Amino acid sequence: MAVDSHTIVAGGQAPGEAAPHAEDPMLRVQNLRVWFELRRFGFGHAGSVRAVDDVSFELAHGEAIAVVGESGCGKSTLMKTILGLYQPTGGEVVYEGSVVGKLGDLDLKHYRSRIGYVQQDPFGALPPFMSVRRILEEPLSINGVPAEERLPRVERAMQEVKLTPIQDFLHKFPHMLSGGQQQRVVIARAMILQPGLIVADEPVSMLDASVRVEILKLLRALQESHDLAVMYITHDLSTVRYFSERIFVMYAGKLVEKAPVRSLLSNPRHPYTHALLAATVDPDPENAKTLREVPAGEPPSLVRPPSGCRFHPRCPHFIKGLCDVEVPPEFETDPNHLTACWLYR
Amino acid sequence: MADRSLLRVEDLVLHFRTSAGPVQAVDGVSFSLERGQAMVILGESGCGKTSLAKAILRLLPRNVETYSGSVFINGMDVMRLDDEDFRRQVRWVKISMVPQAAMNSLNPVLRVGDQVAEPMMTHFGVSKADALTQVNRMFEHVGVPLDFVKRYAFELSGGMRQRVAIAMSLVTSPDLILLDEPTSALDVLTQANIMNVLKRVKLDMDASFILITHDIATSSELADRVAVMYAGQIVEVDTAERFFAAPLHPYSQKLMASVPRLRADQEPEFITGQPPSLLNPPVGCRFAERCPFRFEMCDQEPPLFDVGGRLTKCWLYDPALERVRAQEAGA
Repeated sequence: MAVDSHTIVAGGQAPGEAAPHAEDPMLRVQNLRVWFELRRFGFGHAGSVRAVDDVSFELAHGEAIAVVGESGCGKSTLMKTILGLYQPTGGEVVYEGSVVGKLGDLDLKHYRSRIGYVQQDPFGALPPFMSVRRILEEPLSINGVPAEERLPRVERAMQEVKLTPIQDFLHKFPHMLSGGQQQRVVIARAMILQPGLIVADEPVSMLDASVRVEILKLLRALQESHDLAVMYITHDLSTVRYFSERIFVMYAGKLVEKAPVRSLLSNPRHPYTHALLAATVDPDPENAKTLREVPAGEPPSLVRPPSGCRFHPRCPHFIKGLCDVEVPPEFETDPNHLTACWLYR
Repeated sequence: MADRSLLRVEDLVLHFRTSAGPVQAVDGVSFSLERGQAMVILGESGCGKTSLAKAILRLLPRNVETYSGSVFINGMDVMRLDDEDFRRQVRWVKISMVPQAAMNSLNPVLRVGDQVAEPMMTHFGVSKADALTQVNRMFEHVGVPLDFVKRYAFELSGGMRQRVAIAMSLVTSPDLILLDEPTSALDVLTQANIMNVLKRVKLDMDASFILITHDIATSSELADRVAVMYAGQIVEVDTAERFFAAPLHPYSQKLMASVPRLRADQEPEFITGQPPSLLNPPVGCRFAERCPFRFEMCDQEPPLFDVGGRLTKCWLYDPALERVRAQEAGA
């Protein structure tokens, strides 16, 4: 696909102006590879951790996707590479026509102002010695918003995340807030520069059940009102159906299934997706009467991942001579539903 | 009489002393548990559920303001024992515990096998060789490969460490095992694995569990009975069967409605407001402020009403109000 080069403007471009063509994806990740080198005694190559290995996808303006996978599958690395915190080892991340890894410093600053980051642990993500007002003003001052404009924008952002009455919260410090309120501050901070994309790393896993839904609904509402794209990382399949359009299932550094939510839940294709769905429970007293089917073993080491399909040592449908030899390509098993599994060849 | 009663907690109170005043973490909690059963204690963070576990096992910090009530195990009130007797006779003998984030509670400088063997050696004077034989049996039971006996905690994955912690709680064959959020830090597949282990242990060993968690969906994997805790008090106790079908207390109903379902097309709801501070809990029903059914009675503290064997701490189930409610339903 041709990169829409006229949108690349050196030195950055005012947000919102000359928006790229609607059909162009906002974000395109192409054969992305992020490997971390292991060194022996501080030098000497001792292999690589292949945290993200050959991942490709596109994200449209205003679309919400959920990346689902277990810890250590590379989902956070994928996200941090999109944020520009890690350099890709191979492949590229293209945001509105600009290749992220190749941006100059100034461009990177502009790029980061276009992407909001919602961290997993709100308390850890907020500086303990700064008041809510200072926390929210900081991105504005860094990006050269004049001092007199900052407070109105802070108040507007607080209004949007429902941190009201504003005066009650403006001068509070993070430790004086509940977990849900802290996460609202984090979201307000991510929103304050009016980004086009929000990347949320397990935004609710540290929160209580009753607050979780509130925060997820807030993110959903912001997504709709601002036409935001949201990339939402989680290990909990039960929440994704309500809050995203597409699901990507990640296993050992690879996206094994990419599908619209409905299609994935009603028609899961990859054996790993099957396992994840089978392990996700709804509250039901019948659960106590049976054991759950769980694939044996644990996710592989990303230093020496299994040959062929990385799920093959745990897969109940393993085809000898194929799955352990060749990496499965993506097959379109249903409309817009891609599955990287030899069963669908 | 074939008495299956194992644990009876009566009016257990645990308040902590803080500079701002006493924190009423556990305030008049009563419930009972039969042998071979699993009781789930559901509640959100800060509701006092971990304090309840610690109060039962008398694992107390220094700033205890009030600690009273009765804990009967097999008919004996262990609250009457002094600390040394309690340690010798109850902890790890009658009740063991898998603490929260058990995977990080293992000693980093001990081999996990030695660590699991330790309670047997201290409490029953078992020789190390015998203890290690028993450790092997336990590891097999919970699905830890036997060569892990000689490994250290950091060499194990989170799920394996959790299994080790469970093996350690089982190794002395206690009457009751307290599990505090045993799966909350684990991935879904590991979580399912651990719940399978617990189910198998429950069947094979006739073990009794108290499972403390905020994860309603996962708790249904093990529960025979459910108790819901809110702001230091138990507000509902019922069988799992009835509870998961339709809980009685408005808080339980809200809590159930907040669970996102994978298999049902039901938009999850959230509970507005926040739990009250345990420093100065409201005088009446502690949930009243957030309750959609609040009425004038709620300014007084409700007792635990018995509704056909289902206990609920809510004035809506006051038999005296039955007539009024019927009228309202008609209107």
